[in-house]
Amino acid sequence: MIAQRLGTTALRRVAAKPDAFFTANSAARLGLASSQMSMMQTRPVATQKLTPVDGDAILAKQRLQRPVSPHLEIYDKKQTWFGGSAWQRITGAGFSGGLYVFATAYLVAPAIGWHLESASIAAAVAALPLALKGGLKFFIAWPFVFHSINGVRHLLFDLGKGFSRTNIIRTGWYLWGASIVGGLYVAFFL
Amino acid sequence: MKTFQIYRWNPDTPTEKPRMQSYTLDLNKTGPMVLDALIRIKNELDPTLTFRRSCREGICGSCAMNINGTNTLACLCRIPAEDAAETKIYPLPHTYVVKDLVPDLTLFYKQYKSIKPYLQRDTPSPDGKEYRQSKADRRKLDGLYECILCACCSTSCPSYWWNSEEYLGPAILLQSYRWLADSRDERTQERYDALNNSMSLYRCHTILNCTRTCPKGLNPGLAIANIKKEMSF
Repeated sequence: MIAQRLGTTALRRVAAKPDAFFTANSAARLGLASSQMSMMQTRPVATQKLTPVDGDAILAKQRLQRPVSPHLEIYDKKQTWFGGSAWQRITGAGFSGGLYVFATAYLVAPAIGWHLESASIAAAVAALPLALKGGLKFFIAWPFVFHSINGVRHLLFDLGKGFSRTNIIRTGWYLWGASIVGGLYVAFFL
Repeated sequence: MKTFQIYRWNPDTPTEKPRMQSYTLDLNKTGPMVLDALIRIKNELDPTLTFRRSCREGICGSCAMNINGTNTLACLCRIPAEDAAETKIYPLPHTYVVKDLVPDLTLFYKQYKSIKPYLQRDTPSPDGKEYRQSKADRRKLDGLYECILCACCSTSCPSYWWNSEEYLGPAILLQSYRWLADSRDERTQERYDALNNSMSLYRCHTILNCTRTCPKGLNPGLAIANIKKEMSF
């Protein structure tokens, strides 16, 4: 231990005098045993000097080859697949898309002989078996309930309310529970 | 014994696809945090493993990475219990990888620079010494000035993944609000004007992954909501 400390002190002393340190016989001259020299960390890595232009060229080449780190596939599924915001967009886009499709079909229906009046649709749905009828209604009811509840949640966010971490996580799960229960109610009991 | 699966990619062999490499450590000989495990892997198992680290106490933000699906600082993240599944470690999501767990944050820092993160004012202070602030005004900066720019929140944001070229992202917007909320700054209107376009600020869709992931417990989502609110009323 003492020998080691002496060694480091000697090294520190020679570090202040770089010319002496780098001459080959300096270790022997300063009386450092070879065993103490071996405690120095050596890094067998050769470096080479580069001009800034060459360095930039290497960097530019490397940047072109860099991969993009994985994102959607590795991020916490609870936040990506069950994110309220993403589903708000999906349900909203589904509804407006559905409205465009139905409205266009309704417009051209008389010309091509389709029957899309409320009365004939209601009659067609009433003829279906209960499970299919309910399932079909749930397919429309769940996105509607989800979009409505989450819409209120996002309005509150826009007012700057409900931003605590526990609140975000909790209301996120309540949203799924309430929308499924509400969707089932609308589909089967209304 | 605990197995860690770590993302590897080496710029010296760029044609090789990124892969996951497993390392097994005896947790009884390892410190409590994921950073301790990484350092021990580098020291004892594989010196080629590359990651950034500095302060090991959550104040520098160097060791931000994706651990088991969530962005956090490796130095603040406890190693999950031994009976839990393998711990997976990736670099920050949707960033260009420099090597292994080191992401390229050039764009992130450029965006930070673009919001002029410094006090801008023309009026000299009344006493010629310092710009004074009431205690209430100073309190408005709590929860904002603590941000260490580790980029955990920005790289957790799907909106930032798809639009990082133009959308500033939660970390930079929180910093933006830090200067908007500062009573001593006199360029508030200019700062609003710079944000008032469809991309810089309004690509935020209140997804709130940012608030859920922040390793410092800050609330970028709330800061962004406050900017939006102040700009519309």
